[in-house]
Amino acid sequence: MAADAAGAIGPKLKDAALAALVAIALTVPILGMETVPGPDGRLTLDFHFHLVAIAAVLVFAGRLALSLLLRGRQLRPSGRSGAVAEFVSRHGTWFGLAGIAFALVLPFMPFASRYVIDVATTIVIYVMLGWGLNIVVGLAGLLDLGYVAFYAVGAYSYALFAQWFGLGFWICLPIAGLLAAIAGVLLGFPVLRLRGDYLAIVTLGFGEIIRLVLINWHEVTGGPNGIADIPRPTFFGFPFTRDPGEGETAFHELFGLEFSTLHRVIFLYYLALFLALVTNLFVLRIRKLPIGRAWEALREDEIACKALGINPTNTKLTAFALGAMFGGFAGSFFATRQGFISPESFTFIESAIILAIVVLGGMGSQIGVVLAAAVIVLLPEIGREFETYRMLLFGAAMVLIMIWRPRGLLAHREPTLTLAGSTGGTGTRGGGR
Amino acid sequence: MAYFLQQLINGVALGMVYGLIAIGYSMVYGIIGMINFAHGEIYMIGAFVSIIVFTLLGMLGISWAPLALLLVLIVAILVTSLYGWTVERIAYRPLRGSFRLAPLISAIGMSIFLQTYVQVAQGAKIKPLQPVVTGGFVFTDPTGFTVTISWIQILIIVLTLVLMAGFTWVITKTPLGRAQRACEQDLKMAALCGVDVDRTISTTFVIGAALAAVAGLMATLYYGVIDFFIGFLAGVKAFTAAVLGGIGSIPGAMLGGLVLGLAEAFWSGYFSIEYKDVAAFTILVLVLIFLPTGILGRPEIEKV
Repeated sequence: MAADAAGAIGPKLKDAALAALVAIALTVPILGMETVPGPDGRLTLDFHFHLVAIAAVLVFAGRLALSLLLRGRQLRPSGRSGAVAEFVSRHGTWFGLAGIAFALVLPFMPFASRYVIDVATTIVIYVMLGWGLNIVVGLAGLLDLGYVAFYAVGAYSYALFAQWFGLGFWICLPIAGLLAAIAGVLLGFPVLRLRGDYLAIVTLGFGEIIRLVLINWHEVTGGPNGIADIPRPTFFGFPFTRDPGEGETAFHELFGLEFSTLHRVIFLYYLALFLALVTNLFVLRIRKLPIGRAWEALREDEIACKALGINPTNTKLTAFALGAMFGGFAGSFFATRQGFISPESFTFIESAIILAIVVLGGMGSQIGVVLAAAVIVLLPEIGREFETYRMLLFGAAMVLIMIWRPRGLLAHREPTLTLAGSTGGTGTRGGGR
Repeated sequence: MAYFLQQLINGVALGMVYGLIAIGYSMVYGIIGMINFAHGEIYMIGAFVSIIVFTLLGMLGISWAPLALLLVLIVAILVTSLYGWTVERIAYRPLRGSFRLAPLISAIGMSIFLQTYVQVAQGAKIKPLQPVVTGGFVFTDPTGFTVTISWIQILIIVLTLVLMAGFTWVITKTPLGRAQRACEQDLKMAALCGVDVDRTISTTFVIGAALAAVAGLMATLYYGVIDFFIGFLAGVKAFTAAVLGGIGSIPGAMLGGLVLGLAEAFWSGYFSIEYKDVAAFTILVLVLIFLPTGILGRPEIEKV
């Protein structure tokens, strides 16, 4: 009996030892020897071989644990969504309503400090971006790696229109959305006829082009310094200031309240929530329209769609433009909230974060996006010293989740509509918010 | 004329580096039809391993340039290939046969991971390398302009040509190359005929990473500075080169690299250096619109 167990564990130990050896070979140069500038400006090396040892031990233990747990089964992706995911998507409406109710009363909770509301606003904005990108990635199945470009278009169009023409937020919002959508069409038109992976790289390139133009076009965008003094939001014309100008009424005067800087923070939070809910409502409704159905059909089988007379390019283009539009809305909100924008805020990493939210949440799942956005925004907030390692965890999590559950944590990729009597019990309920 | 010639030389040297990276993209795409998004980071790791080994050799007192170069080349190729192999083993192999976007997203995750890993381990600062190979030939034309072709540029061009020759021999004449070409045509059929598909794919990643390591070493020598972020731009540009030449085609990758390198050199020489990266991306978009199969690519026909 004991010999049996030893015989079974022998190859596993050997396997784990091999993995540890590989880990040592990989980490000795990069992790074990750090190049640092020496006294004469030349590089010298700092040796950290204890880190290599730690990495080797971790890999050994991890590999051994993995092979013991799996017991010979291959770690292969499972197409099924787990029990939790099923539960959530079955009761999606209730989760959604509870979430909205919580979001609505959040600013009046006893624990809601300025900091809490600020973080909540950030989460809501990422949720909105996630929902916008979800149209493109989750519903239409197009991988967009340059979503932040549309975010940037939205932010800069609000900032520039406000600065040059003195237009207010509510007028600029549709303009920003429109401009972002136009940018989406301009980009999408040439490349959407191509295969999905080409699209990914071209959108990535487009995101970089936009950023490079923002940095180099000094006369208009202010170059790397960005645009400062973007008008702050007003409550439909009533500013959030202590001493409003001549002939103006401030928000606190209008409602007879004590002046507090918190008012603006709360207003921004509700503004973000409003925009996000509009996005959500829009997505939920459009999924039931022919165009929404066409997106999902296209995601599943492009050739069949062509056979049925759906024009794939136009259908993809609408998804692309609508996704971009919501990116533009979020961008102009970002500009008015920060009061300052620069190309720094619109790097590829930002696109990757939004994509990670969609992917981790489960492509096509509305409530999954909320959970993933909360996790990703809160993770670095919980431990500030964690910041440097955030992207490290990020990358690793993206790989692991793809391997473990390629359809996302709360995958909801069943078609919204199924034939009566066929498999989809939860499908017809749709939404799955 | 002299100025033109100088840009030509710079462009060819740059193009060779892009071409070497592009081969890695093209081979992987040819065999498993995925964009190895982390390939740019593999190149970056090649550059870092090179600079670390150079520094180590400097500390050990080995300063004879040919020996140092040879040692760095060997170590960089070995370590970087191992990275290539590990990335495939961890992030891509479990996803074979999964839905189309899964490996691509996994590759993006891997790319972010590797980039941050190097940033955390080596610091975010730019790493300068003391010039290892200096000097070159200087030609002066009658009008007084000079054209310089440095030893490093000669090294890049010669080494790339030698590698390409060796690589072409491997692909066309060896059993490994035969297995690779078989896998490229039909994975399932190749497996049925007794080709070890997993091993062939692993080897492909290893070869691609080895070429990227050479590119990393040469870029380190050429520019003299590296940081953890170089893989991103180089990766996108090399991918552009691969698409330009016709993805899946290895001579095409080299050709695309050359065209892109020349375009970039002439663009920065004659127009504006700030927008040189925009030039590369514009070429990518234009090629995809007007020439989706690239210069040497075959059209892809999808059958139901």
